[in-house]
Amino acid sequence: MRRRMSTSVATTAVVGSLVLLTGCGAADMTKQASPFANAQGAKSVTLSVQSWVGAQSNVAVAQYLLEHKLGYRVDTVQVDEVPAWDALSQGRVDAILEDWGHPDQEKRYVDDKKTIARGGGLGVTGHIGWFVPTYLVKQHPDITNWKNLNKYSSLFRTAESGGKGQLMDGSPSYVTNDKALVNNLKLDYQVVFAGSEAAQITQMKQFAKEKKPFLTYWYSPQWLFKKVPMTEVKLPPYKEGCDTDPAKVACAYPHTPLQKYLNADFAKKGGNAAAFLKKFKWSTEDQNEVSLMIADQKLTPEQAAKKWVDSHASTWKAWLS
Amino acid sequence: MATVTASAPRALPGGLLKHRAAQKLLLLALVAAILVPLANARWASGSWPAALTVDLTKPLTSASNWIIDNRDSNPLFLYFFGYISNAVVISVHAVYLVLLAAGWAGVTALGALVAWRVAGVRLALGTAAAFLACGLLGMWVATMQTLALMVVAVLVSVVVGVVLGLAAGLSDRLDRGLRPVLDTMQVLPAYAYLLPVVLVFGMGVPAAVLATVVYAAPPMARLTALGLRGADKEVLEAVDSLGATAPQRLLTARIPLARKELLLGLNQTIMMALSMAVIASVIGAGGLGDRVYQALASVDVGAALAAGIPIVLLAVVLDRVTGAAGEQAGEESRSLRPWLYAAAAAVAVALAGRLAGRLDWPDSWTFDIAEPVNRAVDWMTAHLYSGVPVVGGTADWAGHFTTWVLNPVRSGLQGLPWWSVLLVVAALAWLIGTWRTALTAVLAMAAIGVLGVWQPSLDTLSQVLAAVAVTLVLGFATGIAAARSDRFERLLRPVLDVFQTMPQFVYLIPVVALFGVGRAPAAAAAVVYALPAVVRITAQGLRQVDPAALESARSLGATPAQQLRQVQLPLARPALLLAVNQGVVLVLAVVVIGGLVGGGALGYDSVFGLAQGDLATGLVAGAAIVCLGLMLDRVTQPTERRAKKGA
Repeated sequence: MRRRMSTSVATTAVVGSLVLLTGCGAADMTKQASPFANAQGAKSVTLSVQSWVGAQSNVAVAQYLLEHKLGYRVDTVQVDEVPAWDALSQGRVDAILEDWGHPDQEKRYVDDKKTIARGGGLGVTGHIGWFVPTYLVKQHPDITNWKNLNKYSSLFRTAESGGKGQLMDGSPSYVTNDKALVNNLKLDYQVVFAGSEAAQITQMKQFAKEKKPFLTYWYSPQWLFKKVPMTEVKLPPYKEGCDTDPAKVACAYPHTPLQKYLNADFAKKGGNAAAFLKKFKWSTEDQNEVSLMIADQKLTPEQAAKKWVDSHASTWKAWLS
Repeated sequence: MATVTASAPRALPGGLLKHRAAQKLLLLALVAAILVPLANARWASGSWPAALTVDLTKPLTSASNWIIDNRDSNPLFLYFFGYISNAVVISVHAVYLVLLAAGWAGVTALGALVAWRVAGVRLALGTAAAFLACGLLGMWVATMQTLALMVVAVLVSVVVGVVLGLAAGLSDRLDRGLRPVLDTMQVLPAYAYLLPVVLVFGMGVPAAVLATVVYAAPPMARLTALGLRGADKEVLEAVDSLGATAPQRLLTARIPLARKELLLGLNQTIMMALSMAVIASVIGAGGLGDRVYQALASVDVGAALAAGIPIVLLAVVLDRVTGAAGEQAGEESRSLRPWLYAAAAAVAVALAGRLAGRLDWPDSWTFDIAEPVNRAVDWMTAHLYSGVPVVGGTADWAGHFTTWVLNPVRSGLQGLPWWSVLLVVAALAWLIGTWRTALTAVLAMAAIGVLGVWQPSLDTLSQVLAAVAVTLVLGFATGIAAARSDRFERLLRPVLDVFQTMPQFVYLIPVVALFGVGRAPAAAAAVVYALPAVVRITAQGLRQVDPAALESARSLGATPAQQLRQVQLPLARPALLLAVNQGVVLVLAVVVIGGLVGGGALGYDSVFGLAQGDLATGLVAGAAIVCLGLMLDRVTQPTERRAKKGA
């Protein structure tokens, strides 16, 4: 009880003085940092981590370098892709290191409100597609064309997909047109959402272990390709603008150069940290190397980052200069 | 009070009771006979008629866009919500700084000394061990973040709860108005609270704290009101006769008399705040919950457990310490001196830690449990998943459960004409409650249809029904065993304690590893989560059966099975009904989160809403979850409600 008393006194004092200080001024909630930032006078940076492992690798390496080479304290918060834009705009996170393309959000926050600044490319190109395991392609070489998928739909039947074949999708937060695609390409498939990438990966590993057939929404760069070799199924080719109407999409996903974004204030006043994050740029192989250490060898992100940093000095030295 | 109303119907002769039930059903059949042909002629369709839905997507989307665009310019946000948000951020920051300044040694010492004063030496040692374990697991900073958020949320909840409770305790009219609202708030899944606060405050700590307050304040308000109302009439009259004014009477008699309830309220508020603080990591709360959430993203059960264990330890410690405070509430004023010594000792330890330069938990003192845990999980998936001789693998069970139970129940529910679903709901709710509860249940179900999410809601409902059935079979069996054997109950108790305080998230990944993706693992997680409460209530109910009744049955030569069937189970009926009610409420809470592991339906929609920033979809799904929760509660809630499960 004693502690409760003293903290409550402290809290009321702080809140009281806040009200006195600000008086009748406006309180703009879009300009609030995380309460866990800048504790004890340390310079701190808050990074958004998205739920997939590649994004964790970016953050782990950036965090390691910020902490050990630049002397910052780094907080990470897991936020999904779209809400992360809002959090970034409000300054609750300082940077997103890997964005897969959200034109609406970009227009709203970067061009209209100017609360978010572009941070340059990550150096990695992302691609989403439909994949089948390579062992299945060896049995049925023509399965890699969407036109033949209906022929094989009985292979992919599960309890969840009813009488149709199962197309497994991952987290609801990821960019996907799969329901429209199945519909518009008249495929005898049912989209089943695993609900999270974690659930999807677990499921894929199980299938792979028993060499069972599966068809899945997947994307590169992804570390799982090293554990479960997969081949992409060809969809009708992507043309500029073929995916503007979400209900009528009938083409493949584009290749997206992944982008970084910084909170506008942080980009201006963030000092070394902001400069470093703008320069942060690495290759798909680098990212995969770290991802594999985290997700498969079960190293902590920090250990994985240390390992990578120790062996790639020339790459990261350029980011610090 | 509760016992009087609960036992009244039982005192009635069975014939009369049946008679009344028959009357109700007859009346309902009459109403149905008139209304159904009318409704069917107009909107003849199996599913909810499209003519009766209201599409809220457009207005909700534009509202959400308007809020985002005007959050930094509109006066409502600048002068009202902005201050709330600011106050939350600054208070959490202040508490966090205090905790960091005290250092790990200071916080541990303070926690242990408070526990010592309140609850004795054993709990003090336990508290210290719990804090040290948080550090050893490498979770010190995350624990402090969660603690900072909790301190603020609990303080605000207590203030809000006491104010509401005082109002309800002193005014009959307010009590009548507030009680149904508070009752309802307690049965809603935590997940449903997240979306509205995100809509207004955006992702982050302010939204998390406010969602926690909304979730955790009701028990405080309920118990405060209960305590004030339950005060001994004679004492109050004595105070009155001494000529005390109303405020004096409140401060010197009614509040002190309600101390036990107030402390119980505090205990429940803390437990609920903790469980919400973990779930709120989905909307950017940070701290331990966020570590669990991040670990689950990479299927890292070990790391999830490393963050989950501190949550469980915090929960157990907070529960025991506040519980002990409640039990001691009757004792008269103790001297302040030991408290001063304790405070001085804590400050001394904190200073010593500071001088030694050991404020942060040293990195070299951490112990990695993730790896061995993951090895165990890998072994489990490798050997139990499928192809186990005779019994088949877990994946096969999940497949059978989906094909033979979930699918038929779902297509059965979705195949029913919409009006017959409403009729069944009405009949069940009316049989067990009053016409008022029946009306609420029917309206809630109808609201789901109007919102345009009839099909996914029935899908969720089918999962709830299947999971509840499994929970009840397992729970009643275990509960009966626990009631019959003291030894078994002693073994079971710590297991139940731990399971009841684990964050719901942690259950999800092992079930995916065992059962794959889909509705079966969601149902499995729900069963595991709801089981402890059902077991506990069943065992308690059976144990509280009048020993005299049991003795007389025994003397008449009844076998143990006969005793159980003919004496214990009928007499424990209220407890068993409560167990059903709790089972339903808890199962719904987890089935909804099951959207994260392929549960689909409403849970998926609300996850999707949060994840894609598509608040329209999310809010509609959230509203449907609320309605479903309301309906399920009313349909399973007999007569009086009792105190809820703590966490």
